[in-house]
Amino acid sequence: MDWNLLLTDLPTLIAVIVGVPAVLAAYIVGGEFLVRRLPDKNRPQVRPWIWVGPALLLVTGFLVVPAIGTLISSFQDRQGNFVGLSNFASQLGGFPTGGAWIAIRDNLFWLIFYTLFVLAFGLALAVLFDRVPYENIVKSLIFMPMAISSVALVVIWKFMYAYQPPGQPQTGTLNFILNTVFHQDPRTWIQDETPLLGLIPLNNLALIAAAVWGIVGFSMVILSAALKGIPGDLLEAARVDGAGEITIFRRVIFPLMMPTVVVVGTTLVIFALKAFDVVYAMTAGNYDTDVLANRMYKLLYFSSDTPGASAVAVVLLLTVIPVLIFNLRQFRAVEARR
Amino acid sequence: MAAVFAAVACGGGGTQSAGSVKVMATWTGAEQASFMAVMKPFTDQTGITIAYEASRDQDALLTTRVASGNPPDLAAAPSPTLLTKFATQGKVKALNNVVDMTALSSEVSKTWIDLGEPTGDGKLYQVYSWVSLKGLIWYDPKNFQAKGYNVPNSWDSLLQLQQTIKGGGTTPWCIGLESGAASGWPGSDWVKEIVLSQSGPSVYDAWWKGKQKWSSPEIKLAWQTWGQILGANDANVYGGAKSMAATNFADAGTPLFQTPPKCYMHNQASFITSFFQSANPSVVAGTDYNFFPLPDINSQFTGAHVVAGDAWSMFNDTPQAEKMIKYLTTADAQAIWVKRGGKISPNNKVPLDDYPDALSKSTAQILVKTQIGKYDAGDLMPADMKNAYWGAVLKFAANQGQLDSILANLDSIQAKAYTS
Repeated sequence: MDWNLLLTDLPTLIAVIVGVPAVLAAYIVGGEFLVRRLPDKNRPQVRPWIWVGPALLLVTGFLVVPAIGTLISSFQDRQGNFVGLSNFASQLGGFPTGGAWIAIRDNLFWLIFYTLFVLAFGLALAVLFDRVPYENIVKSLIFMPMAISSVALVVIWKFMYAYQPPGQPQTGTLNFILNTVFHQDPRTWIQDETPLLGLIPLNNLALIAAAVWGIVGFSMVILSAALKGIPGDLLEAARVDGAGEITIFRRVIFPLMMPTVVVVGTTLVIFALKAFDVVYAMTAGNYDTDVLANRMYKLLYFSSDTPGASAVAVVLLLTVIPVLIFNLRQFRAVEARR
Repeated sequence: MAAVFAAVACGGGGTQSAGSVKVMATWTGAEQASFMAVMKPFTDQTGITIAYEASRDQDALLTTRVASGNPPDLAAAPSPTLLTKFATQGKVKALNNVVDMTALSSEVSKTWIDLGEPTGDGKLYQVYSWVSLKGLIWYDPKNFQAKGYNVPNSWDSLLQLQQTIKGGGTTPWCIGLESGAASGWPGSDWVKEIVLSQSGPSVYDAWWKGKQKWSSPEIKLAWQTWGQILGANDANVYGGAKSMAATNFADAGTPLFQTPPKCYMHNQASFITSFFQSANPSVVAGTDYNFFPLPDINSQFTGAHVVAGDAWSMFNDTPQAEKMIKYLTTADAQAIWVKRGGKISPNNKVPLDDYPDALSKSTAQILVKTQIGKYDAGDLMPADMKNAYWGAVLKFAANQGQLDSILANLDSIQAKAYTS
């Protein structure tokens, strides 16, 4: 980074450093000044709007308007003529391998396995570490990958999955274990499309595993917080009544944590639907590991196919919205219970 | 990202009135120092100073600057696609009356002048100060000697050599296709080199321009010829299909240097030597690794090579800029960087003794004599086509039997990619 660049345009720099806070302060002071002029009973109705105003403006300008633009362009061709649903037809035609279907299939894998693994591991870690004295240290360690950018995460996992031809020293962790412990030939984890248990291609699972490692700390921390919120006397009472630890988990702890599990789960579903960075950096969608977000990126930047990319974006948006609404409702329910 | 520098004239003749030239290129660090060394005699002599600006993100920066009507006077680009776009838009000046055309045509092979006339109307829009060569087959001379293998001088002898090597129980080739989001490109180099040498420049040009179908006999033959190199089930490549897909291009050549060697040949551009060195710091250029150019396939197109180069275009025809671009075409200017290492001059007046090592000297010999030089076809294709091409390489390497469906798919992308 060449810091001189910052100094080449001093007026702009000063305007940004001084001007932005000044405008914000002026807005707040000015808004409050105007509200004070109003009659007492109207003040509580107006004041919130003054405060959320900038946020509303930003959300409208940077989210709602572009979303509407995307929706419109998904019904147009590249020249801007209305073409009805033909962009969607070209993305959703050619089942099962044409159009966007490979990406849709892989997104489904992400939806199921990513969500399931993160929840299961997060829950298990939260419950198990709750019972040991070194809980905080281990939890910090597991949370740490959250601080790593996705591209760095992919670099790490590429080392884990590294492949050398049979007979060569295996530099990848997994192939080393496969070779020395199980005496098996190494596998190309990122390229191998062999379905595992006839269910999910190995390379898709490898990508999902890397992403799970990166996010599991998130679900563990939130679930752990929910676990700590369960009153101790409740567990005490169950124990007095003669319930074993497994019964307590099944009948007391888990039901009480359920709302949080659902909120974390739906959040993860949204993460899974917009999965992009791990796929982009690991395989770029090659070897049938494409996902919708990566397909949208490729259509937009490689193919300059804005209408096609918009159609994929709309499909993605329509899938996410119900999950989003459910998530928000559930979140409110959890809040209300507190 | 852009690093903005103003190089101040340090020569005695420098006066304010001589003016300056705004230059944009991609060289930073040591390369920038070399470029400044090239320009020092010019500044000393004329008093014209260089206002140099370097950016790795040249496409975006130069496009913005040209669009806002504030282009640099001169720009040097490692890929000509962008400069050619500006030439077709009429944003750059023709150089026919600026540079000494008679001297130029006697000093550089005609192909470099042809490449500088991308619009095909006889107007020279780009000149080359330094050039490079693709399609180099790297080998370990000690291993070749130990087995009594000779450097092949024809396509047939190359095919024969790979049979001999296979007969000896070793795979002839090392190939690595993995390169993150750009995976597949090392194989695309193979295919384009074969197309040029096998079917010649007119098919090659029609192909990257989208006027020659992928399923046409010529292009299909090129893929099949590459298939011959790979062998049935990729048996000619160390580690086979799996290893090709999983090995990063930068590591692909390393098994050349193992004892015993796992492969004997590796096709890559000249930059690969720095990866050889970093993987095995003890290897020495010339004794541990050397190269021969990919042999000619069709004698009709002898000396056809895929090349690249630093192309210069002029956006403002100030007298200072005109003087500078003229200076850059001279052997004297180009030799300065040649002596500092890392660059090859297309100019036959640059003495071969100026090259600091044997490898760059032999590269220079090939480049100066190049009769048919063409740019990397992939770089010239629309991004969509290029990415599909790379993806096709991965599919072909995994299963050569799919060739027809791979080519049909490329045809369908070709039909769309060139219209937008």
